[in-house]
Amino acid sequence: MSRLQSLFERKKQDALNVYFTAGYPALDDTGKIIRALDNAGVDLIEVGMPYSDPLADGPTIQESGQQAIQNGMTLPLLFEQIAEAREHTDIPLVLMGYFNPVMQYGEQRFFDRCAAAGIDGLILPDLPVYEYENFYREGIEKAGLDISFLITPQTSDERIRQIDALSTGFVYMVSNSAITGAKSGISEEQIAYFERIRSMQLESPRLIGFGISSHETFQTACQYANGAIIGSAYIRALGEGQPVEEATHQFVQQILKTPIPQD
Amino acid sequence: MIAVDERGYYGEFGGAYIPEMLYPNVEELRQRYLEIMQEDIFQKQFHRLLRDYVGRPSPLYLAERLSEHYNTNIYLKREDLNHTGAHKINNTIGQILLAKRLGKKRIIAETGAGQHGVATATVCALMGMPCVVYMGAVDIKRQAPNVSRMRMLGAEVRPAESGSRTLKDATNEAIRDWINNPVDTHYIIGSAVGPHPYPDMVARFQSVISEEMKWQLEEHTGSTKPNAVIACVGGGSNAAGAYFHYLNEPDVRLIAVEAAGKGVHSGESAATSVLGTKGIIHGSRTLLMQTKDGQIVEPYSLSAGLDYPGIGPMHAHLIASGRAEAISITDEDALKAAYFLSKKEGIIPALETSHAFAALDVMEYNSSDVIVICLSGRGDKDLETFINHFDDYQNGDL
Ligand SMILES: Cc1ncc(COP(=O)(O)O)c(C=O)c1O
Repeated sequence: MSRLQSLFERKKQDALNVYFTAGYPALDDTGKIIRALDNAGVDLIEVGMPYSDPLADGPTIQESGQQAIQNGMTLPLLFEQIAEAREHTDIPLVLMGYFNPVMQYGEQRFFDRCAAAGIDGLILPDLPVYEYENFYREGIEKAGLDISFLITPQTSDERIRQIDALSTGFVYMVSNSAITGAKSGISEEQIAYFERIRSMQLESPRLIGFGISSHETFQTACQYANGAIIGSAYIRALGEGQPVEEATHQFVQQILKTPIPQD
Repeated sequence: MIAVDERGYYGEFGGAYIPEMLYPNVEELRQRYLEIMQEDIFQKQFHRLLRDYVGRPSPLYLAERLSEHYNTNIYLKREDLNHTGAHKINNTIGQILLAKRLGKKRIIAETGAGQHGVATATVCALMGMPCVVYMGAVDIKRQAPNVSRMRMLGAEVRPAESGSRTLKDATNEAIRDWINNPVDTHYIIGSAVGPHPYPDMVARFQSVISEEMKWQLEEHTGSTKPNAVIACVGGGSNAAGAYFHYLNEPDVRLIAVEAAGKGVHSGESAATSVLGTKGIIHGSRTLLMQTKDGQIVEPYSLSAGLDYPGIGPMHAHLIASGRAEAISITDEDALKAAYFLSKKEGIIPALETSHAFAALDVMEYNSSDVIVICLSGRGDKDLETFINHFDDYQNGDL
């Protein structure tokens, strides 16, 4: 069983997935951030590969990616950092990134290197289901990686079923029709969408992401799914200049509002 | 046979590499564009507007003084005489009719030189639809007259402030707007780029250029076929239209002219066929300028409409397969060609189009050849640039 599968076996509710952009704020923060998130009680971590043209992302993630690229982040370096971090933790790690850098690295080489570095799953938002099935599924499976696809409020039921069947990690529920970025609350329309998907009884665990930024929005999302994903709000917290450990500790505490286990 | 397959591939190029948020809109287009475009009523409306509103057919003009200078036979396909001054309107007329047919209420577009933005703002005024045009902050400065035109036509021009603040970034912002407005909005892409079905759809709307060229050439020369068709390539829409009906006529040379900026290897260039490698840009698998890590490189050309780090997938396929010949032209040579054409033929071309004319100085041809140049647009919008460099040209300093 993969790390992701055993996580959702163990934890069917309130799973907290936090996203960060690798190479931000500083080039060598990756290991520090993974350790801090792990210590703070996060359940899984989404490591963002910075990209020059992230079409589905709002200003916060765009700017963190720009900074990370300027800092010198590249895929080979990121793999080294993750392999090193993996020696100290068992937390599930999901790599999230746009497909162009994957193509340049070499697709199969990328999948194999991910597995070797200790990555558990992939989110490749601009790799379409059709191209995945026809060109890449075999290679990703062979490498032993899980994959998660996105659904949105506009995704048809038929396609949701297809995406559910293809996703091996979790289904990534985009919370609203928008690019990433922290929003103030969750609307009734969004709740209706969450309920609709919940009633479909998908096989895969569901995590809700985009616009989750606070204890309240996290809790609301968790009522309708197995957990939620926070990105932009954490990037902003990291950008405020505090040391990574403290910023992370405070941030996760604010989201969970429960005592954090000490180790 | 050169044609797109059902999934949007020309050979290995094309497809629709888009985030799921865009899938319903793009899929709706994919399933319906051909059927709608083939409807009688659509064809009638489209061709009536092209005739009565755009002023088509655009003339095919035998440029005698230019022909004499180059010692060959040069015809100009006068897309510059279209309403709004470029080929871009052929596509926007088609797409606005399609958007209406799909029940869309709001239009967005990206623009580089502003020609596509103006052509989109124009058809939105014509149809009474709200229009938002994304334009790089750099381009807003260098194409000021077109910004004013768009505003006067009722469009909102939103500056793209990310990245190089040019066409690539304006396209990113338009795509993000579409993600945020998935139900009521249609995105009118201005070139033969983007996820399938855009490259094919735009090529089909622009194909009126070569459709007319065929019968016009026959009237002039007795044959529907020239020896060569020359077009400048930004994303590749005027070229796609000018090539379309000759794609499967291997004895017609297709010449694609790109912007070399300050020189292909100067680090300030947009010559994608030379500098580009295979990858994904704006949802399409094609050739693009990127680092070895797969970060998209910021291109450069004096001409805003060619200042784009990719080319459409059809052109990537044509060039990679050897069907089309690519030529790169520098800013300076494009400027010289613009001044030369102005004096020789009394036609001031757009800076983009000027690149196509400069190709005459470097390509090979015979004196008996018939060469058609797609005169994609007029130079009014570039007057300031032309004025700024005119003294240098006169003094022989270009
Ligand atoms: C007059 C003119 N020609 C050519 C182009 C380049 O675009 P494309 O390659 O799509 O024809 C532009 C773009 O703005 C233009 O305004």
